[in-house]
Amino acid sequence: MKIYADNAATTKISDTALNTMLDCIKNFYGNPSSLYTIGQKAKEKLEEARLSIAEIINAHPSEIIFTSGGSEADNQALLSAAEIGKAKGKTHIISTAIEHHAILHTLKRLEKNGFTVTLLPVKENGIVDADELRAAIREDTCLVTVMAVNNEIGTIQPIKEIGEICREKGVLFHTDAVQAVGHMPIDVKAMNIDMLSASAHKFNGPKGAGFMYARKGIRLTNLIEGGAQEKGKRAGTENVAGIAAMAAALKESVENMQAVNERLTPIRDYIIKGLKEIPHCALNGDERERMCNSISFCFEGIEGESLLILLDQKGISASSGSACTSGALDPSHVLLAIGRVHDVAHGSLRISLGADATMEEADYIIKSVKEVVEYLRGFSPVWRDLTSGKKEFIL
Amino acid sequence: MALYSDKVMDHFLNPRNVGIIEDADGVGEVGNAKCGDIMKMYLKIEDDIIKDVKFETFGCASAIASSSMATEMIKGQPLEQADQLTNKAVAEALDGLPGYKMHCSVLAQEAIHEAIKNYEEKGENKNE
Ligand SMILES: Cc1ncc(COP(=O)(O)O)c(C=O)c1O
Repeated sequence: MKIYADNAATTKISDTALNTMLDCIKNFYGNPSSLYTIGQKAKEKLEEARLSIAEIINAHPSEIIFTSGGSEADNQALLSAAEIGKAKGKTHIISTAIEHHAILHTLKRLEKNGFTVTLLPVKENGIVDADELRAAIREDTCLVTVMAVNNEIGTIQPIKEIGEICREKGVLFHTDAVQAVGHMPIDVKAMNIDMLSASAHKFNGPKGAGFMYARKGIRLTNLIEGGAQEKGKRAGTENVAGIAAMAAALKESVENMQAVNERLTPIRDYIIKGLKEIPHCALNGDERERMCNSISFCFEGIEGESLLILLDQKGISASSGSACTSGALDPSHVLLAIGRVHDVAHGSLRISLGADATMEEADYIIKSVKEVVEYLRGFSPVWRDLTSGKKEFIL
Repeated sequence: MALYSDKVMDHFLNPRNVGIIEDADGVGEVGNAKCGDIMKMYLKIEDDIIKDVKFETFGCASAIASSSMATEMIKGQPLEQADQLTNKAVAEALDGLPGYKMHCSVLAQEAIHEAIKNYEEKGENKNE
């Protein structure tokens, strides 16, 4: 069996998106900035995409800026909000300990440039406490940035509540919604979102296309200087095919959203129940407030990279927050933030299902993970020490 | 491009000399769970020759493959020679390791060294 179960990393492009892309590459190759018909036809594609995306998140088309993906949108949103804050003498930013590196590293850069950053901890269930966030807002807070859905453990953050708090306090609110857009309903008005980042390849669109929503009146700072594309806020000839495909993929994802949610939730819960039977393991993140496709576990006594490679041998593509998988020294900051100690965090596994996952695949995943964990524990000196009582179990 | 060489994959998927030796003459353990790698080597020694060797490893595929390869390289070898096994030799025997995984081969070298040291220390104590 072949199961691609790493949809939080990226998704396979949908046929609709692919066909849109090919059609654009072949038939709408003009430069949208050119004024002859071929150019204007490409421009039309671009504006159709903008309108479609704007409608889906309840924004105005002029509030959508196309980017190369989630990272660029995150960078631009944060740097823009920081500039706005600085002009008013406000240099404090609030975020969380579980953000994507596109946020965390941008915040580090801002810290070097004189900003103060508060990274809120999350509760053991991987969800930020809105009351704690409210309490952290200061007179000089210029921005709150909290992700909508965590990419490693799939927990859904209370962004509507946070949006309300920020609006009430007059602080800009950005959300990295890369894992949420196309997977759960987003309404920037109802959720009081000022800025949002999204990426096409997370909802069956192509890689290299994304967008930022910035509420009207928010002055953006350029990351890329050059031509007047995107109202002068993002230079460079537009990735027309990628953007049109993104819009097509998003439309399709949103149309199927409810059905996919209803279908995947029981499959997800079935896998969670099955994997919980493995001794000395723990589910990462809240059991209910999580994406319908997202499963994350820690298994004591084993290391995640070897687990992944053995699963790959069985045809299952998954991921891990183990340090070894990334070449880093520390395991995932997200797992550490929810209180998993290093020893345990190294033994993590993330399974993120595709929309077409089946119960049969779920059974195969459960069976395979059980086998592989047992096999690796069979020659793990850590497991021996745990089972012989030399060390105490953590999970 | 595959992450690992065929040799690494072979030793990871079919590790040689896995397990423990209950009455080992020397045992060496290196690494720590915090960093995500622990390697433990068990040696059975007769007339200064490594008669048998087994390992247990908690770690990534290259750590497991490095342990497996290292045990093969020292089995049947005189102690002195085994103690001179370098991490480079282990990595080369595996047809190379990705740069950031070289420390796995270092662990294998160190685990063997620790196990031999443990054996020698035991011997010294006996003579006291
Ligand atoms: C939460 C989150 N933010 C940002 C990104 C970066 O998006 P992209 O790969 O499109 O730059 C990702 C995906 O890797 C993500 O999961």
